[in-house]
Amino acid sequence: MFGELSLDALPLYSPIAAAGAGFIVLGGLVVVALITWLRAWRYLWSEWLTSVDHKRIGIMYVTLALVMLLRGFVDALMMRVQQATALNTQGYLAPDHFEQIFSSHGTIMIFFMAMPFLIGLMNFVVPLQIGARDVAFPLLNAIGLWLTAAGAALVMVSVVIGTFSTGGCSGYPPYTELGYSPGVGVDYWIMALAISGIGSTVSGINFIVTIYKLRAPGMKLMDMPLFCWTSLCTSLLIIFALPPLTVAVTMLALDRYLGMHFFTADGGGNLMNYANLFWLFGHPEVYILVLPAFGVFSEVIPTFSRKRLFGYTVLVYATMSIAVLSFMVWLHHFFTMGASADVNAFFGVTTMLIAVPTGVKVYDWMLAMFRGRLTFATPMLWSIAFITFVIGGMTGVILAIPPVDFVFHNTLFLIAHFHNMLIPGSLFGFFAGYTFWFPKAFGFPLDEKWGRRAVAFWVSGFYLAFMPLYVLGFLGMPRRTAYYDDPAWQAYLIVAACGALFILCGLASQVIQLVVSIRHRHRTTDFAGDPWDGRSLEWTTSSPPPEYNFAVQPVVHSRDAFTAMKAEGTAYRPPGVYEPIEMPRNSITGLAIGAASFVFGFAVVWHIWWLALLGLVAIIGTIIARSFATTTNKLISSAEIEARERLWLVTVAEEREVVLQ
Amino acid sequence: MTERAFQHPGINLAHAREEDHLHAEVTVFGFWVFLMSDAIIFAVLFATYASMTTRTNGGPTGAEVFQLSNAFIETLVLLFSSFAFGMASVALRESRVPTIYRWMGASLLLGLGFLGLELRELTGLIASGASPQVSGFLSSFFLLVSTHGLHVLAGSVWIVVMMVQIAVLGLRREVRSLLLRLGLFWQFLDLIWIVIFSVVYLPGVAQ
Repeated sequence: MFGELSLDALPLYSPIAAAGAGFIVLGGLVVVALITWLRAWRYLWSEWLTSVDHKRIGIMYVTLALVMLLRGFVDALMMRVQQATALNTQGYLAPDHFEQIFSSHGTIMIFFMAMPFLIGLMNFVVPLQIGARDVAFPLLNAIGLWLTAAGAALVMVSVVIGTFSTGGCSGYPPYTELGYSPGVGVDYWIMALAISGIGSTVSGINFIVTIYKLRAPGMKLMDMPLFCWTSLCTSLLIIFALPPLTVAVTMLALDRYLGMHFFTADGGGNLMNYANLFWLFGHPEVYILVLPAFGVFSEVIPTFSRKRLFGYTVLVYATMSIAVLSFMVWLHHFFTMGASADVNAFFGVTTMLIAVPTGVKVYDWMLAMFRGRLTFATPMLWSIAFITFVIGGMTGVILAIPPVDFVFHNTLFLIAHFHNMLIPGSLFGFFAGYTFWFPKAFGFPLDEKWGRRAVAFWVSGFYLAFMPLYVLGFLGMPRRTAYYDDPAWQAYLIVAACGALFILCGLASQVIQLVVSIRHRHRTTDFAGDPWDGRSLEWTTSSPPPEYNFAVQPVVHSRDAFTAMKAEGTAYRPPGVYEPIEMPRNSITGLAIGAASFVFGFAVVWHIWWLALLGLVAIIGTIIARSFATTTNKLISSAEIEARERLWLVTVAEEREVVLQ
Repeated sequence: MTERAFQHPGINLAHAREEDHLHAEVTVFGFWVFLMSDAIIFAVLFATYASMTTRTNGGPTGAEVFQLSNAFIETLVLLFSSFAFGMASVALRESRVPTIYRWMGASLLLGLGFLGLELRELTGLIASGASPQVSGFLSSFFLLVSTHGLHVLAGSVWIVVMMVQIAVLGLRREVRSLLLRLGLFWQFLDLIWIVIFSVVYLPGVAQ
């Protein structure tokens, strides 16, 4: 009846794991209780959970990302504490628990923090920037969100029921094959990645079509804001790079469930196929993560330098070059796994090549600031903190030299390198985007004072936490070490743990920032919607934007469309007549498919076959049932639009008067 | 916008309203992008198969298990199924519902026939001891062929759903658009099968 699920699945193997599980269950209960106490279920259901509005979906994606960021950070903190204390002792974590923690840290941060964060930003921003009313396929968008959430939920559930994978975020076989990892951990990992991977793929398809087909009249591709360009390249990378991951984890699942021999050590399996497939996904993936952040910098820096972006065309070509080159470097993840010297040399050279367009971008941003009238609001501070990324770029070029990589591979040098790329490169970019577009999303800005504190803590914490890891790499400390007996390492690990505490303060500042900003929102409301003197179309509408985004579709003649409108005096001009607008209705489909996928994934993990079948039938049934729905759109009346737009224009007029005085 | 600007690859349907053009253009383009992503899945499966052909683990090789005659019949059945769907698309252009039904029915029967033949081949292989658990080679063969088979199964279910939709909803905009996409999907599966025939069966027998 319950497959392999029994009471033994509860995490009673260690008090720390049990406490973690208790914390997650308690957290869930508190959230449910809070929503019930606020009587917000109906509101949540009708305004958010069933919404297909790209802005709402974007906000939900970012919320998911921020929650998972906290979870992933707790893992990081636990690892830092373990390594700082585990000299000549086992430390406070049992080795297999430590392995679960580094596996879930990597999996969560990449697939359930960074991916939802960037897809959330794209969701919120891209349609507004290209002057569209929604994405091309709003319902598919909701399905993508709920599939991602289902994957994240599986990772969270694994803490409470069963265990998580101990195979790291890359899950290399044959270690992750049934013979060496007989538990449910790897199965959780496989199902979480497969389900959320499908979600990401449909998002990628959606954004490609949106950007190619739904741009405002007159907006040529080369008129798009750069964030749209990087979103386009990221989406292209997603649809090309995610399929190899889906195939790789499916094959691993077939090995584990049906006894096949794709990656097994015996039976004619070939584990190198896994390494190739995984990194064929994995390397484009890091550019999927970093390109949207590059797009954010390209929006934030000109806005706060009050200049147009330097080298727009070059940035577009650099982005495209990175997207193409990112498929030619995957082998540098396993230089030491037996390829010939010629092959290694080829991939070493392509890896160094990809640093060129990236370097070009950094210079473009610096030149965009050159002789600008700079203001240092929080989004700009995050963007400047990004410069730290350059150190990671240089260590990356070092690692791209195969003979050097033979010395450094699997040491903490590598860990320091890729955290140096992903934290200043991606995460600071996402934070810049989060603070930059927050006032657009909610109609009030984030608190500056706490924002600055967050930047200060994060940047100093980053240096403290990761620079020692470079040194430890030189000292030969392997990654994923649970405990050790070399006293020379400990001092550096203690510094790194202090860095993690600084980052904890940074995260705390961000939580406080959110609370303070919400509490002060009545004083800081900005309905007019252009708090930063913005340059692109998202600032031409109110904050928060109406459901239909634009009462009249804007017509674009050049880059920096809104700056041009403001210069010509055509901004905020009301149309003669307001036309009614057709918008998609809310739908339960996305949520239903997400829930059914979660049930399916959970049932497969525990071999509860009847339930898995039920989940699968529910997914297919929902899709078929939905295809018969005929009234999927609703009409917003012109009177309703006119009333709202008039109210907004009055606010704008008042505010501009204040500015003029 | 001119009518020309809204054209998309594949059969374009005559529509009365401009929004319908845009709708068809956006959804069909989106489906092309999906097919591209799906093609990558098959590309990866083909690459895996190609790297596994010699990993027979002492079990049967391709020359021992593949029957060209069966694969050839499967190919013909699938090709005729696509032909039938092509005729249904032509009928759709002219909105002749009974003809659409006739050709879609033919397409469905041929598709199911293909699935039957494939199922017979695969169960026969398993019965003769060439199951996917025997070797890496057979694992990759079974995965490649059955992934295609699952696509055909999904397409068959889709055909049934569309026949019901035409009956319930008539040939409205959404139904026409779905039929266009189903047509693309069905032809796409043909294309994949041709590659399977020439990458798996032909060289396998030639060994």
